[in-house]
Amino acid sequence: MLGEGIIQGLMETARNFFGSYVEKERLVTVQFPEERRSLPEATRQFPFLLYDGDDPERGLRCVSCQICEKECPPRCIHIEKSKDRKPDFVGKQQFYPAVFNIDVSVCMSCQICVEVCPFDAIRMDTEFELSTSDRFGGLLWTKRELARSNEYYRQIHPTEAGECDERRAKELADAQAKAAAAAAAAAAKAAQAAAAPAAASNGAPGSGAKSEPAKKVVTQ
Amino acid sequence: MSVAVAPAFAADQIFVALKYWLVLHTPGPFQTLVSILLTIIPIIVVFPALFAVTTVLERKGLGRIQNRYGPNRVGPWGVFQPLADAVKSLTKEDIVPRSADHVVHYLAPLVLVATAFLAFAVLPIGRNMTAVNLDAGVLFFFAIGAATELAVFMAGWSSRNKYSLLGAMRAIAQMISYEIPLILSSVAVIMISGTLSTTRIVDEQAHYTGTVAHWNVFTPWGLAGFILFMIAATAETNRSPFDLPEGESEIIAGYFIEYSGFKFALFFLAEYLEMFAVSGLGITLFLGGWSSPFSFLAWIPSWIWFFGKLLALIVGFIWVRGTLPRLRMDQLMNFAWKFMLPMTLVVIVSAGVWRFLPAGVAGSAALGGVIRWLVCALVVAGPYIALARVLERGRKIEKRTYRYAE
Repeated sequence: MLGEGIIQGLMETARNFFGSYVEKERLVTVQFPEERRSLPEATRQFPFLLYDGDDPERGLRCVSCQICEKECPPRCIHIEKSKDRKPDFVGKQQFYPAVFNIDVSVCMSCQICVEVCPFDAIRMDTEFELSTSDRFGGLLWTKRELARSNEYYRQIHPTEAGECDERRAKELADAQAKAAAAAAAAAAKAAQAAAAPAAASNGAPGSGAKSEPAKKVVTQ
Repeated sequence: MSVAVAPAFAADQIFVALKYWLVLHTPGPFQTLVSILLTIIPIIVVFPALFAVTTVLERKGLGRIQNRYGPNRVGPWGVFQPLADAVKSLTKEDIVPRSADHVVHYLAPLVLVATAFLAFAVLPIGRNMTAVNLDAGVLFFFAIGAATELAVFMAGWSSRNKYSLLGAMRAIAQMISYEIPLILSSVAVIMISGTLSTTRIVDEQAHYTGTVAHWNVFTPWGLAGFILFMIAATAETNRSPFDLPEGESEIIAGYFIEYSGFKFALFFLAEYLEMFAVSGLGITLFLGGWSSPFSFLAWIPSWIWFFGKLLALIVGFIWVRGTLPRLRMDQLMNFAWKFMLPMTLVVIVSAGVWRFLPAGVAGSAALGGVIRWLVCALVVAGPYIALARVLERGRKIEKRTYRYAE
C-alpha cells in the first residue's frame, strides 16, 4: 500500500527517539572532555625523544646520527650535531644532538623516523591536545620539550616498550660480556707477559694451563 | 458571556484587553499608530522567539532520533544554544561576491523575511486576535506565500553562482508545483465554510455537537485534505524530505550559498517563519484554529490552543525530517503531478458529496451522520487505493544488494 513504508519509517524513528531516553546503551556518544575512551595502543600523534634515567639532558638516547632528519618526508626535523662526545648506555662515546627541533605544524605523523632509528631514541606520542595560540614558536618543539622518560614510554606503548627494553638489556649484557671478556683477555695477556720471564725458567706447560679459560670466553 | 465563565474569558482575552487599555491611555493623535504597533510588535517578537525555541528542539529531537544527545553544552541541557548561534551569526563576516548583483543580493533576504512576516497578518492566533481581519484572508495568504518565490529567485540569481542558480531553479519548480495541491486542498474548506476569511473559517469550526468540535479534520475529506495540505506545506517551505533547493550534499546550500553571517541567519529565520505561517494556516483551515477539540476543554485560553497545535505540527515536521531521505527531482515532480494533484481533486469531490448529503436519515441524526461519514470516506479511499495500485504497477521493491561493499 502506498505510504506504508513511510509509516514504518516514522515508527522506527519514534522507537529510536523514546528508546534513547530509556536505554542508555543506545547513546554511543562519549562526552569528550569529561569522559574519555582509552586510546588503542597503536595510537600515534607526533614523535618524542626518549631518555634513560632522570636527566633528560644526559640520558637522551639520540646520538645525532641524523638518519631521521634525512628520511623525514616533510623535513620537519632539524638536528645540529654536538662537537664533543658523551658515553651512551653501554658506555661507548657518542655524539649527542646540540639542537633537535621538530616542527609539528609540518609533521605528518608518518612514523618513518621511528622506523629508521637504530638507537631506539625516537618514538610516537599519543598526546593529541596540542593546540596553542602561538602558531610558529608554539608548534616548534625543542629537544627539551620533546624529551620523555622511558617510564612514560612504557606507560603509553607497553608492548612495544617491553620489546625495546628487552633488546637493549640484551645489547647491554652482550656489551658487558664483551667488555668482561676483553678485560679478562687483557688480564690474561698481562699475566702471560708477567709469567713469560718466569716461564723461561720454569717451563711452558704451567702458563698454557693458566690462559685456557680466558680463551674460551673470547670465543663465546 | 455569562458571569460563570468570566475568569476563563478574562485569561482568554488578556492580550486583547491589554492592548485596548494601552491604546485608551495614549493621547488621541497617536492612538492609531500605537494600535498598529501593538498589533505588529508581538508578531515580530513572538514568532522569532518560537524560531529560537524550535531550532534547539529540532536539534535535540533529531539527535535523539539518531541516538545522539544533541546540543547539551550551552546552559542546562543546551537550552541557550540559540543565543550562542545568534552571537555567532551576528559576529561573522558578511561576504558579498565581487560579481554579485549587490542591490538584489542585499534585498533578497529582506524581501524573504518581510513576506514571511506578512503572512501572519491574517492568522487568527486566538479569539479576537487576528492582526488584519481580511474578507479574503486565505487569498492574501497564498498571494504572500507566492511572493517568497520571488525572493528565493532574487537570491539565487544575484549570487552569480551555479549552485545558487540551480537551487533557485529547483526551488521555483518545486514551489510552483506544490502550490497547486496546497491551494486545492484548502479549496475544499473554503467550499464548505463558504468564506475566504480566516476568522470566519475558525468561527465555523468552533461549534460543538455533544462535546466534539466541528473541526474539518474530523471529516473524511478534511483528514485527507489536511494530510495533503501538510505534505504540500512541507514542500512549500523546503523542509526535508523536500529540501532539494538546499540539498547540502549536492548543491551545498542552494540559493543561499553565497550568504554568510546575519543574512544567512535571515534565510533560516524566513524558512522557519514560513513553516510556522503555513502550519498556522493548516491549523486555521483544518484543526479549528484557536478552538478546543472538546467543549469541556474550552476554558483553556484560545491562544494556548493555537500555539499548542503549532508546536505539535512543528514536532511532526521534525519527526518527518528525521525519518525520510531527500527525494530525487523526478520523484518530486511525479509525486506532485501524479499523486498530490489527483488526490486534492478527489478531496474536493468528497467535500462536495459531504455538503449535499443530508445530515439526518429517517429522522435519526446519528445514523445519517455515520452514513455521510462512510460515503465520504469511500469517495476518498477508493481513488486512493486505485491510484496507489496504478503508481506501484510494475515496480518491484526489494532489498538492494551490493556487489563490492559489505
